Amino acid sequence: MELFKELLKHKIGVVSLSLILFLIFIAVFAHIIAPYDPFEIRVNEILVPPCLKHPLGTDLLGRDVLSRMIYASRISLEVSIVAIGISTLIGVFLGSIAGYFGGLIDNIICRFIDIMLCFPTIFLILAVIAYLEPSILTIMIVIGLTSWMGVARLVRAEILSLKERDFILAAKVYGASTFRIIFKHLLPNALGPVLVSVSLGMGQAILIESALSFLGIGVQPPVPSWGNMLIEGKDTLEIAWWLSVFPGLAILLTVLAFTLLGETLQEIINPKKIKQN
Amino acid sequence: MIEFLIKRLISLIISLLGITIISFSIIHLAPGGPLSPLTEFNPKITPEYRERLVKMYGLDKPLYIQYWNWLKGIIKLDFGRSFSLDRRPVWDKIKERLPVTLLINFLSLILILLIGVPLGIYSALKAGSLGDRLTTIFIFIGYAMPSFWFALILMMIFGVKLHWLPISGLHSIVGYEEMSFLQKVWDWTKHLICPLCVATFGGIAGISRYVRNSMYEVLHADFILFAKAKGLPENVIIYKHALRNALLPLITILGLSLPSLIGGSVIFETIFGIPGVGQLMWQAVMARDYPVIMGTLFLISLLTLLGNFLADIGYALADPRIRLGEKH
Repeated sequence: MELFKELLKHKIGVVSLSLILFLIFIAVFAHIIAPYDPFEIRVNEILVPPCLKHPLGTDLLGRDVLSRMIYASRISLEVSIVAIGISTLIGVFLGSIAGYFGGLIDNIICRFIDIMLCFPTIFLILAVIAYLEPSILTIMIVIGLTSWMGVARLVRAEILSLKERDFILAAKVYGASTFRIIFKHLLPNALGPVLVSVSLGMGQAILIESALSFLGIGVQPPVPSWGNMLIEGKDTLEIAWWLSVFPGLAILLTVLAFTLLGETLQEIINPKKIKQN
Repeated sequence: MIEFLIKRLISLIISLLGITIISFSIIHLAPGGPLSPLTEFNPKITPEYRERLVKMYGLDKPLYIQYWNWLKGIIKLDFGRSFSLDRRPVWDKIKERLPVTLLINFLSLILILLIGVPLGIYSALKAGSLGDRLTTIFIFIGYAMPSFWFALILMMIFGVKLHWLPISGLHSIVGYEEMSFLQKVWDWTKHLICPLCVATFGGIAGISRYVRNSMYEVLHADFILFAKAKGLPENVIIYKHALRNALLPLITILGLSLPSLIGGSVIFETIFGIPGVGQLMWQAVMARDYPVIMGTLFLISLLTLLGNFLADIGYALADPRIRLGEKH
């Protein structure tokens, strides 16, 4: 809560948070807000440029671009929330046992993190997806399984620095179980940094999702996603600029909002790192 | 120094084994095992034939023996044959595409350094100025920019609207053979401008942010204050004392940024139709050509690992604390 109050003092934080809330609002109420049915094909309204009736124009099948983009925000948020949920769970779990127990367990987990970081993520994701059916669920899981390393490192470092502190010692003397020490006493103190990496991670997950969808192995048409809308944009580059400009802009702004929110949270939590402007 | 080298070499070998284990697990995690894509949707393959294939590929043996055999093949660069119609060995397919990918990644690394480092230094020296602010905005846009969209926008502006640059391939197809050497170089350059912009944009943002923060920190460190108090000229302080300390960790950062740089190849090679390893990977995924997928994944990760290793060595050579054997 205090974090939230601090956040309201930062201009950039407020702007990016409002943008994200606005996006969530649009995604949740997509079926009410969208002016048209995003799947409805109108043969007599193909590739209409932006106008009053279709503010962002229509695509090759006469579907309203704005409505499709509104529905796509739902997909993008769903994918990134689930993916980051998975990666945060894995990261927090592995990071806390590595940090708390140290020794061999820590060694093995750190080594595993290093090895995972050697793989260029896109190549690894492509390889795994090739063995599975491309679906929304698949990419959620695959993105989640390939992006937990940062959180794990962070939580490990945080726990490592906390576990020798007096209040943990007191809890031990008091006879608290290991489980309780980690989850009740250590992790809540690591919440801030985890929040930062969740926010930054959301942006990255949206970037990966849209790239995969653009490459044809993510969200499959006719379900709209900002990434797969750009496939059509590429094919009609010469005749319909609006098909490539707007969905890309939506990705850019969303990722920007999550990144800036993460950066602002970082500044609040760790003021030492502020690079004075 | 020797001790450091041995340590790094051991960790390189462990990572290498880790990569092979993860790659191998991916193949065998597939529901139905590695043969399923070849046999599942093919009515011509009878259960008996499938049995024979299983025997032929050694899939009836225990996993650790399969892993061992696979490893033995990999050491000889034998990744099996492609599932595609030409049935060529995977290594041959990768080999002919590797130079292009390496060339582009090498060029972008140089460009990232040439642009990102001065930008970061300037930003740190003029902290708070308009230029610094603009740089910061540029950096965050660089972070958030979807590279494939950036590619589309470049194609739209420079290819379609202005007709300045070609938007696909590595060189012209019509009349390429008749060009003189210089014309060929110019032709390649024109084709590479857009892909290089896409490949470097995110990297420049990352590096200049890093250099800015690092330089800013060093400029406010005590030893710089001391140098100032001593009355050393501003230029000597900045370019001799501060820069050296600020740029040293850059070697490590570069090594760490290799995976994302190389990962970008998939995207810009696919969009711009460049016949490199990234495009091969994408085509293989679309065609479910598993031997090619695994071969590419393994080789690319190996290259990344080697890049990281070289960065470590470079860092050790540049940093006297490690070079002279002091504990760090």
